[in-house]
Amino acid sequence: MAELNISERQAGDITILDMDGKVTIGEGSVALRNTIRRLLGEGKKKILLNLGTVGYIDSSGIGELVSSFTAVNKEGGSLKLLNLTQKIQDLLAITKLLTVFDVFENEGDALASYN
Amino acid sequence: MATDNETKFSIVSTIEAIDEAVVRTVEFATVAGFRDDAIFGIDMAVREAVANAVKHGNKLDSTKMVEITLIGLVNGIEIMIRDFGEGFDVDQVPDPTNPENLLKASGRGILFMHNFVDQVAWERHVGGGTIVRMIKRLL
Repeated sequence: MAELNISERQAGDITILDMDGKVTIGEGSVALRNTIRRLLGEGKKKILLNLGTVGYIDSSGIGELVSSFTAVNKEGGSLKLLNLTQKIQDLLAITKLLTVFDVFENEGDALASYN
Repeated sequence: MATDNETKFSIVSTIEAIDEAVVRTVEFATVAGFRDDAIFGIDMAVREAVANAVKHGNKLDSTKMVEITLIGLVNGIEIMIRDFGEGFDVDQVPDPTNPENLLKASGRGILFMHNFVDQVAWERHVGGGTIVRMIKRLL
């Protein structure tokens, strides 16, 4: 089984990525990077990462979130985060990245924020 | 080599081998009495230290090993991770929480290590390479 499974769905022009598993150095980080690159290549620039069932993330995974954020911004898009577990929220607080990312607990609120 | 309160093992310098080091350390820590959040912290700190040793120390050179030593203390565990690289000055690593560094893709591993264990220090090994020593205490 893959370290990280990413399911994709659309809500209008917003792409929601439901992520399940671990975002760690190696396979998990690469899977996220490849997915973001592909979406940008398809012109999909409004991206919502649902991390509700991501049980583990390391510094490499955090770095991949940052790289995704900057790559999407560079294309004039917007990447936001949904459903952080307490542990991931703590890691983003330690790294002061909660000041960088838009974070939502409710999918409706997250989708509305793109308009 | 292994005794009741000391275990030594090596892994090859590949990304895939990092998990093995983490799993074996977590098993050791569990036997030593750590649970839940403390185990999460040990897992995080060891993953970061071993990843640094594999990537930045040994530079993914499959001929170089990463040596892990786990020692049971009266009130915790000591974790030593040695690589065979050229070493680095930890004081020269930029603070990833500085605003100018927030959007950098890397450089947060040492921050996590400091956060999740009680003590962490780097030193050169007389036989070459770098050793990271970490101590995690039970309550």
